[in-house]
Amino acid sequence: MDLYVFDGTLEGLLTAVFHSYQKKAAQVKLVSREHFHPDVFQESFTVISEDEKAKRVWAGLAKKLDREWMLRIYKAFLSEQPDIFQDLLDFARYIIDHAEGASENYGNKHVLAISQMSQKVHREKHRMEAFIRFQQTADQIYYAHIDPDFNVLPLLTDHFKNRYADQKWLIYDLKRKYGLFYDLEKVEEIEFDFAAEFSANLNALPQQVLDPKEELYSLLWKDYFRSTNIPARKNMKLHIRHVPKRYWKYLSEKQG
Amino acid sequence: MFERIREKLEILADAAKYDVSCSSSGSNRKNENKGLGDAEGTGICHTYTEDGRCVSLLKILLTNHCVYDCAFCVSRRSNDIKRAAFTVDEVVELTMNFYRRNYIEGLFLSSGIFKNADYTMERLVRIVKKLRNEERFNGYIHLKSIPGASEELLKEAGMYADRMSINLEMPTELGLKLLAPEKSHEDVKKPLNYIQQSIVQFSDEKGLIKSTPRFVPAGQSTQMVIGATPESDKEIMHTANAFYKNFSLKRVYYSGYIPISHDTRLPVIGSQPPLIRENRLYQTDWLMRFYGFDVQEILNDANPNLDIDIDPKLSWALRNLDQFPVDVNTADYRMILRVPGIGVASALKIVQARKFGRLHQDQLKKIGISFKKARHFIRYADSPIQLREYEAGHIKGVILSEGNSKYLKTAQNQLSLF
Repeated sequence: MDLYVFDGTLEGLLTAVFHSYQKKAAQVKLVSREHFHPDVFQESFTVISEDEKAKRVWAGLAKKLDREWMLRIYKAFLSEQPDIFQDLLDFARYIIDHAEGASENYGNKHVLAISQMSQKVHREKHRMEAFIRFQQTADQIYYAHIDPDFNVLPLLTDHFKNRYADQKWLIYDLKRKYGLFYDLEKVEEIEFDFAAEFSANLNALPQQVLDPKEELYSLLWKDYFRSTNIPARKNMKLHIRHVPKRYWKYLSEKQG
Repeated sequence: MFERIREKLEILADAAKYDVSCSSSGSNRKNENKGLGDAEGTGICHTYTEDGRCVSLLKILLTNHCVYDCAFCVSRRSNDIKRAAFTVDEVVELTMNFYRRNYIEGLFLSSGIFKNADYTMERLVRIVKKLRNEERFNGYIHLKSIPGASEELLKEAGMYADRMSINLEMPTELGLKLLAPEKSHEDVKKPLNYIQQSIVQFSDEKGLIKSTPRFVPAGQSTQMVIGATPESDKEIMHTANAFYKNFSLKRVYYSGYIPISHDTRLPVIGSQPPLIRENRLYQTDWLMRFYGFDVQEILNDANPNLDIDIDPKLSWALRNLDQFPVDVNTADYRMILRVPGIGVASALKIVQARKFGRLHQDQLKKIGISFKKARHFIRYADSPIQLREYEAGHIKGVILSEGNSKYLKTAQNQLSLF
C-alpha cells in the first residue's frame, strides 16, 4: 500500500487521485498533512496540489456523475473529517474504474460513505439556514455568527443571497474565522478576528452597536415563541430531537 | 407603545395556534425583483415549540373578534376572553421584521369573522397586497379563505398568496352541526372548489401565455379537529381521501382536540388530547400519499379504527401475511414500499443497489432500513432458513418487545412522524 500525504484541500485530494493512476498504485492510503504522523518504516509520497491535474480528475468524475453527486463530493469534503479524505479517494477511484451508473450502488461502502457524509453536511447546512438569527446593527447590517460542526459557509451563499437581496448581511464562522458579507450586490468572503471584540455567545452583540428597533423585535419574537406553544401538548423529547441542545445557543427565543 | 403591540401579538398568536398547518414548501415564488424573501423549494422550520411542533410561519389572527359561536373554538362569540385586532400596517411590519432576522419563512394569516365574510376577507387581502406590492415581499404566505367571501375577493387573494386553506373543522357534517350549527361542509366546499378551478384555469393559461401570473402556487389545504366528536378513524380518513381527490388538496391536517371549553358536548378541560391517535392518522395519510395504499386497505368496515399500539403499515402487514415475505432482491418497488420498517428513501436505494448484486443483511442495515422490524417480512441474499411460518400475533409480540417501548407509552407522548 502506498501512503500519500496531501495539503488538505480539495484540489490536493483530486491531484492525489491523479497520481494514484499515474503511478498505477493498487491501493493508496491518503492522509492530510495535518493528520500525518511520519513513520520510519513507511515511505510516503507528498502530493503537491496542481490545478491542471485536479481539474482533469474533476472533469473525469463529472462525465460519470450527475450534478447532485458532484455536489455530494464537495459536501463530504467540507465535513473536514479525517477519514472522509480516504473515502473520497476510494470513491473517486471506484467511479473512474467502473461504468457510468456505479454511483447507484448503495451496497458499495464507498458510495454509501460519501452519500451519508454529504447528507450529514447537508443537514448542518440546513440547520444553519434555519437557526441563524440576524441582529440588525446600527449601520444597517444584519449580523449573525455561527459555530457549525462542518465548514458549511460556502454552501450558504446562494440561499442567503437569494433571500436577503435587499439588506446587507454578514455571517461569520467563529471556529474557522471567516465570514460571508453581502453588500447588496455580491457576496464576499471576509476574514477578521472577531473573538477579541465580541463574546462567543451567539445573538449577543453589545447593545450600543444595535439598531434601536432590534430590542423590540427580538422581544416580540420571544413572546411569539411562547404564545404559539400549546402546553397541553408539551413533549420535550420531541422538541430536543428537532432542536438538539447544542443548537440552542443560536436561538434567541431559547435565551433567558 | 411596546406593551400594546406585545399584548396584541400574545392574544392573536395564542388564538391562531390551534391551526396546525405550518408548511412553507411547495411554492415556486422566486426573488426576482431584488426584494425580500424567496419561497422557492422546500420549507424551513426555524424553530420548534416545546410541544415539538415546527415554527415556520408567523401564525396569527388578524382579529379574534368573531360573529360565530363554534363550541370547539377558543375565539367563539360567547367565550369571555380578551379581544384584539391588528392594523394592516402592524401585520406588515411584524412580517417584514421577523423575516429580515431569519425568524420565519413567511406569514400564516387567519381571522375571526367580524361584521361579515367580505369585510374580513377584504382586510386580509389588503395585507397580502401591501406585502407583495409595496414591500416587495417574496416570502411564503398562507392565507385563510373566509367562508362566504365573494369570488372576486377570493380570486384577488389567490394572486398574492402561496397557499390558501379553509377548515372542515369536524370530519363529518353531523359532527359539525352538533358543535357549530351555523356552519356546514358546503360552505367549505364552495371556496375550495372555486379556488381549485381557478388554479387549473391559471395553469392552463400558463401553458399558452408565459406571462400568466401565479395563482396559489402551493395549492390548498384543510384541517379537521379529531377527538371532539365521536367519528371513527375510518370516517375521518375517508373524508380526507375524498377531499384529496375532489379538490386536489396538498394536505389535510388532523388536529387532536385540546379541551378549551366547559361545554358539555365536548371532552372536559384537562383531559389528554388524543396525540397518539393523531399521529396514527398522519401515518395513514402518508401511506395514502407516498406509499401507494388505498384508504380502503387500511380502514374499512372490518377495521374501522387504527391500532394505537402499532403503526398502520405494520397493522396492514400483519393482516395480510399472505403477501409476505417479500424478496428485496426481486420484488417490485411497490411491494418493497409496503414492508414495515422500509421507508421511501430506503426502498429507492434498495432497487438501485440490487442491480449491482444481491443484497445482504449488512447492506440492508447500512442502507438504513429498520431491520428489526423488517426482518419478519423480507427475504435477502443471506436470510436464515425459516423452519415454520409465524402467525401475526407472534410477530407483533416480538416487535413490541424489541422496540424501545415507543409503542407502549401512554398518552403522555406524541410520536413524531416528521
